[in-house]
Amino acid sequence: MDHSNTLYAVEADHLVKAFGKERAVDGISLKVPKGIVYGFLGPNGAGKTTMIRMLATLLKPTEGQAKVMGYDLAKEADEVRQSISLTGQFASVDEEISGRENLIFIGRLVGFSRKEAKQRADELLAAFNLQDAAKRQVKKYSGGMRRRIDIAASIITSPELLFLDEPTTGLDPRSRNEVWTVIRALVKNGTTVFLTTQYLEEADQLADLIGVIDRGVLIAEGTSAELKSSIGVRSLIIEFEDERDLNKAESIFEGMFTQTPEVDRGRLSISVTMKDQSKAAKAIGELANHQIAVKDFSMQQPSLDDVFLTITGKPAKEKGGESNGE
Amino acid sequence: MENNSLEKSIKLQKRPPKASPMSAALTFAWRALLRIRYVPEQLFDVTVFPIIFLLMFTYLFGGAISGSTGEYLDFVLPGILVMTVAMITMYTGLDLNKDIEKGVFDRFRSLPIWQPAVLVGALLVDVVRYSLAATIMITLGYILGFRAEAGFSGIVLAVLVILFFSFSLSWIWTMLGIIVRSEKALMAISMMLLFPLTFLSSVFVDPSTMPNWLQHFVDINPITFVVDASRGLIHGYDVTSELLIITYISVGLIAVFGTLTMYFFRNKN
Ligand SMILES: Nc1ncnc2c1ncn2[C@@H]1O[C@H](COP(=O)(O)OP(=O)(O)OP(=O)(O)O)[C@@H](O)[C@H]1O
Ligand SMILES: [Mg+2]
Repeated sequence: MDHSNTLYAVEADHLVKAFGKERAVDGISLKVPKGIVYGFLGPNGAGKTTMIRMLATLLKPTEGQAKVMGYDLAKEADEVRQSISLTGQFASVDEEISGRENLIFIGRLVGFSRKEAKQRADELLAAFNLQDAAKRQVKKYSGGMRRRIDIAASIITSPELLFLDEPTTGLDPRSRNEVWTVIRALVKNGTTVFLTTQYLEEADQLADLIGVIDRGVLIAEGTSAELKSSIGVRSLIIEFEDERDLNKAESIFEGMFTQTPEVDRGRLSISVTMKDQSKAAKAIGELANHQIAVKDFSMQQPSLDDVFLTITGKPAKEKGGESNGE
Repeated sequence: MENNSLEKSIKLQKRPPKASPMSAALTFAWRALLRIRYVPEQLFDVTVFPIIFLLMFTYLFGGAISGSTGEYLDFVLPGILVMTVAMITMYTGLDLNKDIEKGVFDRFRSLPIWQPAVLVGALLVDVVRYSLAATIMITLGYILGFRAEAGFSGIVLAVLVILFFSFSLSWIWTMLGIIVRSEKALMAISMMLLFPLTFLSSVFVDPSTMPNWLQHFVDINPITFVVDASRGLIHGYDVTSELLIITYISVGLIAVFGTLTMYFFRNKN
């Protein structure tokens, strides 16, 4: 059978994974076209890792089926493994040995000769800016370095489909940007990337298609623009010098927006959620017309919480009940 | 990050041919050796353990059982050799149990390799560790006055039999290492199995001195066969039938527990 002409990197049909009574993934169907970045967005415990582990042949689905790069997950697991690579959420290389040894080790496993494996390791270490740490044990790496070695180990032979489970969680902005650069370069080279994230901003920056998952269910899917227009996109936050101005502003804004502005008396600020950014200028202009002094104002990206609030009508909660930051 | 070298390094045209099972297993063995190089203390169990065992049992029981420690040493050393190596096979499971919790096992399991290589590689290095333990014990034995009637070749044969049996036995621990969730529970289960197996055998005393009911157990205990075979090979008497039985048992262990291990390894949650 010729698999090269399938259009989709992943075609999942009603996948379910139950751990005992709990359905971690509860009937997810999705299609990921080849050559794109698919962002799987959801809070802690949503089922992201479980989904990825099923697609990477590590977990047997309780129900449903899927094709990965055109191969049947259940019947052609070997072929699936040939075409994918997985960077897990936690330590996906051996922390007890050095970065270079890890790369040589994986290189040998995928079939390179000793010499080729060493060459490839050094090439990747240079490309990922890890030469200085090459001989150090991975457990002594910083978070950013570790993520880079994780990803380097996944692209020793360029996979057709790369799974990245929360590649940037816990990274500082600089390290995060480095990881994003790598992902973009991979996609440019034709690799399809399936990544999970808890950050809308990341999905926004990287993903061509975003799936939002909550409690094992895909609750929304679309491009970043589509998702944004479907939810109250952005918040305008205005801070005032004193409470008098705040009160005036509150009455001016009344009825001006579809959603009632939120007033924070402690911080002397008002937050307005709006779909159309031009309304922000109008709001500020209106305040100026009434000679109300504005101390500061800013536009905020909607947080994952906003997305959930809008889609589910309730805030994103961890299954344990604890509320989830961003 | 160097953008040029990054893009160049990502564009890899040639995909190497799949690694052979043997080369995959050896690669995993190489990884295990590297880990020992970083943490040599890992060898504690195969160096200090055997020394303590040998000294302890020789001087504790020697006088009481054989009248003299010298004579007893000739009798007991092959037994303690088997017992010690059998005991330390347990660490195979414990190490695997710790290792498998780490995310890196997910990577191994998603690679297009011969899957048993992950475990076979680790076991190969364990066989090297067992040999180290055997060498240390025999050397110490010689210093204490032990002599092998069948000479050096007898010792080598006996050690090979012990290694083969221990390799087979290890598959029980790899299986348990995969399915038992906590390290403590695993340790308890392993001890519970190993203590009766090693002590209720011909390691320390001639089974004919034991009560009847106990003899029945001792006579079918695989460890007894391995001990008797080692003794025979070291001191030069015929143990063909024991060797045959050991072969059956070992092949059986690998077939049953090797298969179960791989089953659980593949279907681990
Ligand atoms: N092996 C397992 N056994 C039992 N329950 C599990 C197992 N793995 C995951 N779960 C449960 O399934 C649910 C989904 O977990 P999963 O790890 O897929 O979430 P996630 O979206 O990756 O979360 P996070 O952002 O924290 O990584 C959780 O409630 C979790 O407790
Ligand atoms: Mg996860």
